[in-house]
Amino acid sequence: MAARAKPKLAVWKFSSCDGCQLTLLDCEDELLAITEEVRISYFLEATRKAEKGPYDVSLVEGSITTPHDIKAIRDVRKNSKVLVSIGACSTAGGIQALRNFASVKDYSRAVYAHPEYLDTLTTSTAISDHVRVDFELRGCPINKHQLLEVLGAFLNGRKPNIPQYSECVECKRNGIVCRMVAKGTPCLGPATQAGCGTLCPGTDRGCYGCFGPAEGANTAALAARLAHLGKDDGEIGRLFRTFNANAEAFRKESQSHG
Amino acid sequence: MAEMRTIKVEALARVEGEGSLTVKVRDGEVKELHFGIFEPPRFFEAFLRGRDYREVPDITARICGICPVAYLLGASQAMEDALGIRVGKPIRDLRRLLYCGEWIESHALHVYMLHAPDFLGLADALELARHDRTLVEKALRLKKIGNEILEVIGGRPIHPVNLRVGGFYKAPSRAKIRALKPDLEWALETSLATVTVVGGFDFPAIEQDYTFMALRHPDEYAIHEGRLVTSKGLDIPVSQFLDHVDEEHVPWSNALHGFAKDGSHHHVGPLARYSLNFDRLSPLAQRAAKEAGLGPVVRNPFQSIVVRAVELVQVCADALALIEGYEMPDRPFVEADIRAGEGHGCTEAPRGICYHRYRIDEKGMVLDARIVPPTAQNQKVMELDLHKVVQSNLDSPDETIKWRCEQAIRNYDPCISCATHFLKLDLDRG
Repeated sequence: MAARAKPKLAVWKFSSCDGCQLTLLDCEDELLAITEEVRISYFLEATRKAEKGPYDVSLVEGSITTPHDIKAIRDVRKNSKVLVSIGACSTAGGIQALRNFASVKDYSRAVYAHPEYLDTLTTSTAISDHVRVDFELRGCPINKHQLLEVLGAFLNGRKPNIPQYSECVECKRNGIVCRMVAKGTPCLGPATQAGCGTLCPGTDRGCYGCFGPAEGANTAALAARLAHLGKDDGEIGRLFRTFNANAEAFRKESQSHG
Repeated sequence: MAEMRTIKVEALARVEGEGSLTVKVRDGEVKELHFGIFEPPRFFEAFLRGRDYREVPDITARICGICPVAYLLGASQAMEDALGIRVGKPIRDLRRLLYCGEWIESHALHVYMLHAPDFLGLADALELARHDRTLVEKALRLKKIGNEILEVIGGRPIHPVNLRVGGFYKAPSRAKIRALKPDLEWALETSLATVTVVGGFDFPAIEQDYTFMALRHPDEYAIHEGRLVTSKGLDIPVSQFLDHVDEEHVPWSNALHGFAKDGSHHHVGPLARYSLNFDRLSPLAQRAAKEAGLGPVVRNPFQSIVVRAVELVQVCADALALIEGYEMPDRPFVEADIRAGEGHGCTEAPRGICYHRYRIDEKGMVLDARIVPPTAQNQKVMELDLHKVVQSNLDSPDETIKWRCEQAIRNYDPCISCATHFLKLDLDRG
């Protein structure tokens, strides 16, 4: 009997730091086992072999920032049964989406001697702003256990089990004393999706929002609390305006402090 | 009529970025060669303006997921310089230990997963695993040990959260640091074996007349601080970097090309560090290098893989010594009084010096940012290498030239997000 054909996995990169796709290579204990179950058909960070589609699962890192990206992401979608966007760049536009709040012309002049050589859009946007996405995995960077859960789920045709509740739930569960209540440290935890493993509160600092807005995040109440702690509008705006600046809830909140 | 041959390389794999190579050959001579990087611009230096100085390390970390600590540390140092604060020995040592973790992770990844397959004629480390699974398992464990250091001190390997201007948010306990020791002892042994394995590869006979530039420290193999020195005798504090190096914007690349103002083409990274600091390597690392056939200066870019393995020995041994000597600092960070100022920071990212300069106002807000990553500085010497590689392989079929060029680029471990993945080779043979 012929062996069952392995599902084909592709990993794509748009504008990003490469950290989220590196997370796959950071699964040191699982990587060789994964490749026994999955055929890595396209993954430029890891291999010069590049197989044509269609692919069973495509992981997409990075945001859309050039006219070429728009065309390329449509091709990826066309060739993929399942498309999962991984990381804050692909789910919200990333830190480079700060251009959405400024003039790209000014930005180009600030960095490049010849802005005319550049071919760039005035915005940095999420993959789901351009094509249908089957699942968005949050994080800056993504968490490797969540990545393995999502891969396992789609390869077995089930729904990924990724919580959408806030970081606060995770902190309580891990017995971490609330930084904001106990020490008055500004913390985005109440409005940020869990998933990192309470890294910042566990390290005596406030959450800075790597995983983007939690489901039903009450950013206005959090902003009021931050103001009560003595933070001015500029500080509150900047707190919401980092790696997930263009995620809707964070974008709206930062704009109401600008 | 001149015949134009075009080879399209659909992908420059195992490099973090997108590149293109255009070559014009006439009468058997390479006449023109352009290596371009098309990672779309992300405008870090622009959007850092108006941010609070305390936010800069975490934001600049997002330039590169492979070497975030290079950015976290360089930015922190620059801000400390601007604010006139100095961290004490326990904090500097803990930073160095954390950086050793990033070096082990990055070098193990590059040596085994990204670079070694080229020398063995294999597409990737997964093919390598089919030939020698134990070797790849060892490589993965070595890489994981680097990541463990990053996790224990920084919270996570990619974009660690525990670093700040002035030091750390929270110092790890002595017990947690000591627990890393058995793994590092294994890592040191494995690194020594790595030097032997990669030292036995075949290397194309190419010697280049680079001007090396690297950090140099009075007592250590410099990775996180020191003075900048070159093989031409320059010896300057980090703050004078921009007096000697500048960048230009060429039409064929989005990554700015670094160049030395004296007209020489400076080369940063493993060969530069090794050749300028051989006397600062531990006797163990020096011996490993000699046994692998390396002299005290290495000018063959393809041997960078051996030098990286020697550096693995060095940073594993350094990490062990730092673990042994670790004492928790009294305070995890130094407080700063905010003032206006200008500051410079520079560390050796695994792929070469990464320079930062910031100006901040009296409220600590960034007025101006300048970041010169290693890959930008190496673009010109990469072109010079490619020139030689194409010239000496002109009799070969296109596919061979293509692979050799990719390999020559991978010699630099280019982090093209600070470079991307697309070597489109246009070879016009005339």
